[in-house]
Amino acid sequence: MTTAQTIEIDVRTDEMLVNMGPQHPSTHGVLRLVLRTDGEVVSEVMPHIGYLHRCAEKIGENLTARQWVPYTDRMDYLAGMNMNLGWALAVEKLMDYQVPERGRHLRVIIAELGRIASHLVGMGAYGLDLGTFSPFLYAFREREKILDLFEEVCGARLTYSYLTVGGATADFPPGWLEKCEAFLDQFVPVIDEYHALLTTNAIFIKRTAGVGLLSAEMAIDYGCTGPVLRGSGVDYDLRRDGEPIYTSMYEGYDYEVICQRAGHYPKDQEYPPVPIEAVLGDCWHRFYVRMLEVVQAIGLVRQAMAKYRASDGSFGEPMKLNQKLPKGEVYLETESPRGQMGFGLVSNGTAIPWRARARSSCFCNLSVVSELCRGCLIADVPAIVGSLDIVMGEIDR
Amino acid sequence: MEFTEIVQTLRDTHGEDILSVEPDVGDAWVEVPAELWPEVALSLRDDNRLGFDFLNCVSGVDYLEPDPKKVAKVDWEPHIEVVYHLSSLRLGHRLTLKIIVPRWRDDAAGQLPQVPSVAGVWSTADWHEREVYDLVGVEFTGHPDMRRILCPEDWEGHPLRKDYEMPLEYHGIRGR
Repeated sequence: MTTAQTIEIDVRTDEMLVNMGPQHPSTHGVLRLVLRTDGEVVSEVMPHIGYLHRCAEKIGENLTARQWVPYTDRMDYLAGMNMNLGWALAVEKLMDYQVPERGRHLRVIIAELGRIASHLVGMGAYGLDLGTFSPFLYAFREREKILDLFEEVCGARLTYSYLTVGGATADFPPGWLEKCEAFLDQFVPVIDEYHALLTTNAIFIKRTAGVGLLSAEMAIDYGCTGPVLRGSGVDYDLRRDGEPIYTSMYEGYDYEVICQRAGHYPKDQEYPPVPIEAVLGDCWHRFYVRMLEVVQAIGLVRQAMAKYRASDGSFGEPMKLNQKLPKGEVYLETESPRGQMGFGLVSNGTAIPWRARARSSCFCNLSVVSELCRGCLIADVPAIVGSLDIVMGEIDR
Repeated sequence: MEFTEIVQTLRDTHGEDILSVEPDVGDAWVEVPAELWPEVALSLRDDNRLGFDFLNCVSGVDYLEPDPKKVAKVDWEPHIEVVYHLSSLRLGHRLTLKIIVPRWRDDAAGQLPQVPSVAGVWSTADWHEREVYDLVGVEFTGHPDMRRILCPEDWEGHPLRKDYEMPLEYHGIRGR
């Protein structure tokens, strides 16, 4: 902040409006930011969204519940599996349907692998935002392997529609679990590379520590969720605090919500230490929470694989495409990699929902950007926007 | 706090106009008259027993049966519901709350119905209310910046209304 103030006093110039985006590569898609600048200092940021609006909710009013699943993975296209899961659970909540145990563990494996893949992109792209290209390649190298695993279960690499209402479209193919295990064994040591490339990198720390401070109160006020909320030190994760239909999926799993409590992250002796420049709620902490969640997800996948192997019975056959829904309304939020993704459904008793609603996590996370960027330097704007890890497909729907 | 206790707490402070509906299927909700909404919102957030510090979502639902053959089958009059999903991070409970407004103010087509804005109570409402205005067509009075958010500013109509018709052409781009 002191540098920013010095510049403001020394070289005060005329106010200027600068357009950042909608094509700017560091805006993670088609986000347009209008910056009001005074020299290098940003006095106001006005986000303009909607460039990727595809009327997903209107389409949802014209399709049956299961037919809408492919549209959900086009929302947050970096975590399609978690989007499918959110919608499937919302419909199942309305139908009061419980997925069989085997299907429950299958879903945990897939959802947590999706979380790893998504956080890897978040991490790699964040490096790109800050001008370092190599972490991106390292992140994508591992992400490809997860996509290979996903391709094997459902045939798609980006838009899966694999988890669906009732369970999943298919069971794991033979030998898949071994491949998944081999991937995890190989992946664990690689995380140290990421920490060396970014987390403990002196330039990275200089660019992110103490930048874009988001207090816990402001995060809650703006509805920020996911790593953005936990990076501000709020101990809240829907996998533990959500509604029963979602938390029952994680029942019997051993994991701890990643967030700083009394100055410490869970098991933090195993990870690089928090640099002294970092302040709780800054860009560095948001990034760090994501990195620790990757490790947490590996543990969850391992537990889920053991439980999946130990359980028998059905993996959860998908429901009929034109399954009639009971009359009623539900709303359910799940913890997707970027935050709490909510799906709402109003049904009038037919197979086609009267209203399908998607509450986007990034939509709320992005709304705080003008508060975070007030008074920062222009070069810090990509650092702040990148630390929120937004996906425009989900914001605009 | 259980749903019935939340309702009772609200009734004790704001009177019997606060209705609660507990259907057999799905979430239970509270109905609040639009004119009471600003004070109810404040007590939801500031009352220590309620402590709803987190607004998850604001959505609008249009109730209109566009198909004349099916109109006789529905059991409601045309209206719009603005639905608020709240939760309390501190106390761990959730609430669904509805405000029911006519589809058009004073029954004059084109006059958007009005609901008081709560952007000053929860900042989440700022963008979410803009989205409801944009897609469903509800005006939030007292909102700091009531503009469209997802559609272009010169877009006509509100796409999530049931009688919405896609424009044939927009700036030289064919619509259908």
